[in-house]
Formats: sequence, C-alpha cells, structure tokens
Amino acid sequence: MTTLLEAKNVAAFYGATKALHGVDLTLEEGSITTLLGANGAGKTTTLRALCGLIRTEGEIRFAGTRIDGRVTEDIVRLGIAHVPEGRGTFVRLTVEENLQLGAMTRRNRAEIAADIERVYEHFPRLKERRKQQAGTLSGGEQQMLAVGRALMLRPRLMLLDEPSFGLAPLVVQELFEILRTVNRESGVSLLLVEQNADLALEAADRAYLIETGRIVMAGSAAELRADEGVRRAYLGY
Amino acid sequence: MELFLNQLLAGLATGGIYAAIALAIVMIYQAIDHLNFAQGEMAMFSTFIAWQLLQWGVPYWATFFLTIAVSFVGGIAIERIVFKPLKNAPVLSHIVVFIALFSVFNSLAGFIWDYSIKSFPSPFGGLHQVGMIAVTLLLLVGLYVFFQYTRIGLAMRAAAANPESARLVGVRVGWMVALGWGMAAAIGAVAGMMIAPVVFLEPNMMLSILLYGFAGAVVGGLTSPGGAVVGGFSVGILENLAGTYVPYVGSELKLTIALVLIVAVLVVKPSGLFGRRAVVRV
Repeated sequence: MTTLLEAKNVAAFYGATKALHGVDLTLEEGSITTLLGANGAGKTTTLRALCGLIRTEGEIRFAGTRIDGRVTEDIVRLGIAHVPEGRGTFVRLTVEENLQLGAMTRRNRAEIAADIERVYEHFPRLKERRKQQAGTLSGGEQQMLAVGRALMLRPRLMLLDEPSFGLAPLVVQELFEILRTVNRESGVSLLLVEQNADLALEAADRAYLIETGRIVMAGSAAELRADEGVRRAYLGY
Repeated sequence: MELFLNQLLAGLATGGIYAAIALAIVMIYQAIDHLNFAQGEMAMFSTFIAWQLLQWGVPYWATFFLTIAVSFVGGIAIERIVFKPLKNAPVLSHIVVFIALFSVFNSLAGFIWDYSIKSFPSPFGGLHQVGMIAVTLLLLVGLYVFFQYTRIGLAMRAAAANPESARLVGVRVGWMVALGWGMAAAIGAVAGMMIAPVVFLEPNMMLSILLYGFAGAVVGGLTSPGGAVVGGFSVGILENLAGTYVPYVGSELKLTIALVLIVAVLVVKPSGLFGRRAVVRV
C-alpha cells in the first residue's frame, strides 16, 4: 500500500493559542482511518490543519507534495475534500447548486452532470429535492448533501468531521453504508472523525487516538478496539 | 393624468438609477459586510472619465463600454490595493477608508476637471428617460442571468453566503470579492453616465443619488439584490410623486424623503422588505 497523506510533528494555532502539539498521522491510499478522541481533544483542529484552514507548523505531505502552508483553495485542487463540522451547507442555494459548487474546480460539464446523477443514485432523496433550498432539508439529508458535494470534487481523500452528529441511528447506518461503498468502489480514502467510537472503529482499517492535541495511540482498528483503556474511556464497556 | 404619467415615467427613470446604485451597494455589502460610502463618488469619477473620452472625440457607445471596462478594472484595483489588506480590520477602519476614498475621488475630480458644471450628452436625444429605463433594465437582466446561470455567478453567491464552505470547494473567495468590487464600480459607471444628462456633471453630482440609492438598498433589505432593485425603483417613483403632489415638499424637501424613508424602515422593519433577518441558532 502506498502512503497518501503523511503529517509529521504538526502543530496548529488559533491566533496565538497552540491547539495541536505535534501530531503524526499516516493515511494509506484507499483506506478508512479514524481519529478518535474526547470533546476538545483536537480532532476538528487536526482536520482543519490538514486542509489549510488554520495556521500550522510541521510537515504535511499529500501524494508526495508538501501542502503545509498552502491555501485551502489549492489543497482542495489536489483532491482533498473536507466535509466540515456543521456540514457547511449553502442553505439559501438549491440542492443542485450545492452539488454544482462541489465541482467548482472541474471543467468538463458532461462529466460533472454525470457525477451529479451518480450522487443522486447514492442519495435518491436528494434528487427528489434537487430544486429545493438546501436549508429546508432535514439534518440527515443535509449530511448526505455534504457528502455528495465532497464527492463532486472527485477527491482522493475525504475528511469527514462527525458525520453521524445529530442523526437518527437508521440514518447513520445508511450514511456509513454509502461511505463504505464509495471507499470500496472509487478508492477514495477516508479520514473519519467521530465521537461515536464504536461506529468509527467498525468502519475503519486504522485508528488514531488523540488527547489534548497529541496522538497518544495508533494501530489497526482491531488493536484499538481490544485495548482496555480505549474500551473503558471511549467505547464505554 | 398626463402630469401623473409624466411623473411616473420620470420616477421610473431616476428609480432605475437608484436601483443600480442600490444594487452596487448591496453587492459590496454582501461581499465584505460594509456599506461603501464612496460608491457614488466612484460613479461620478467614472462619468468624468467618460466625459473626457467624449471631449477627445471618442464616439458615444465606444466611450460607454470603454468607461465600463476602465471602472471594472479600477474597482478590482481598489479592492486589491486598499481593502484586501484590511480584511480582518475592525469596522471603524473600513469606515475611515470609505470616507478617505470619498474625498480622494471628490477632490481629484475637482482638481483634474474643476468644479464648474458641465453638460453630458445623451445618446437617446429627446427620449432620454425611456433610454435610461431601457439601459437599466438591460443591465439588471444581464446581472440576473450572470448570477443565476453562470458558474462564476454561482461561485460569487457561494462566496458571499458562506466563505469558508466556498473555500472548501475551491472557490477563490478573495478574487470573488474583488470581482464584486469591479462589477459594483462598473454598475456605478452605467448609472453615472445615464443620470449625468439629467443632473449635469460636477464632482458633487452623486451625493443625493447615493442617498437615494442607500434608501433603496435599505428599503429592499441590504441582503437582497432583488430587493435593492425594487427598493430603488420605489424610491424614485415615491420621490417624484411626492415632489409633485404633496404640498410643501417640492424639489427642496425631496431629499428629506430619502432620509425619512431610511429612518422609518430601520425603525419599523430593519431587515427591509426582502432582506433576511440574521437568525442565530443557539
């Protein structure tokens, strides 16, 4: 397996406040990796650091090129799609306009139209609501729209920030099923941040545990699941 | 009845100008959350450039489009040079810079072209009001098509609505803001060239027009381009009818109407007719 993304000793800052203290991460091409941790441990910050939304120090390589210090718009063009916390929906625009925006970096109109149809195949409910303002969708539908918008980039890596947040269990199941399908069929790597550790470990190949801005454990999903400390603190049994 | 129709036509004609200025104000407001006090002076300066080109013997329609192009580039330059570095500065810094721009354009125009009143030609001859209405309608329809049906229009709407999400899909938000400034300056140039045959050309010509434009933008709600257009037309019609039919208002108190309108809307319905209230979910 080849390495898709490698972060070495990455620190990140909100203004003068240091929020990450040297994070090391390696993501394999085509894998699902999860980043676990408590509230405020630095999960969201790590994702924001990887796509250049906040100031960082240290080295981040994506598909061999350095991306630390580059602006988000350029990092996106290399194939990293970020589904942010709160979903980042353009609420006043229609569902279809949201999907069009996801393909803003691409040129070929026929391919874009075909990809919109593919997103509609994954999420038929979005097709029913294509002309509706995105803000009128339910939480689950908005999360699907956010994933759909990210797919429109044809990314090599998707960063997902708490996709299960606020969704009904059945909707979460459906969403994760689709994420696994996308990973399997299109070979898109996923970096999944979740509070629902059980769910995340079930989907993932590899897992990292972050505490107060530092990676404290790394291994296969099975290894972390078997760990006594992880089980007590994050899985709750 | 004929007087009424005449006043309505005049109202529609000037209303179209207010609508264009209101739209330019709303475009910049959407992009950077501040009111551009210098919008009128930018338009006045553009009109002087047009006048100069005409003096040099450039034909009217060539002048018209050349002025639009120069203003577009000028608007982008103002954003890149002055406002981009101020991106995260507090509101007060922005206001000071707007006032500075205002007086720079005003005195520069006075310095280059002096303060004497100049006449500005109309390409429509005796039918200037009808021509004005046609030009503003064309402009508005063109803008609607641009924002609704082109990818770059969609990107601009996205950048204004949610800058971070826009960056995450690869929209270069900074350039969208600059583009907004360029377009606002170009719209102002059209408005200036259309109104100049009516009010005559001099460095202070846009003062009252800017106020009416503000009134139109506030009536429509500062967050709604469509609202700004409706607001601009309403202010124009109201101004003309009140000036004719309400005793004492006449032409002296017409400008007061704009100010009363601004205050009234802000007190009664701050979000305007079509604006969105900023609702924060907690």
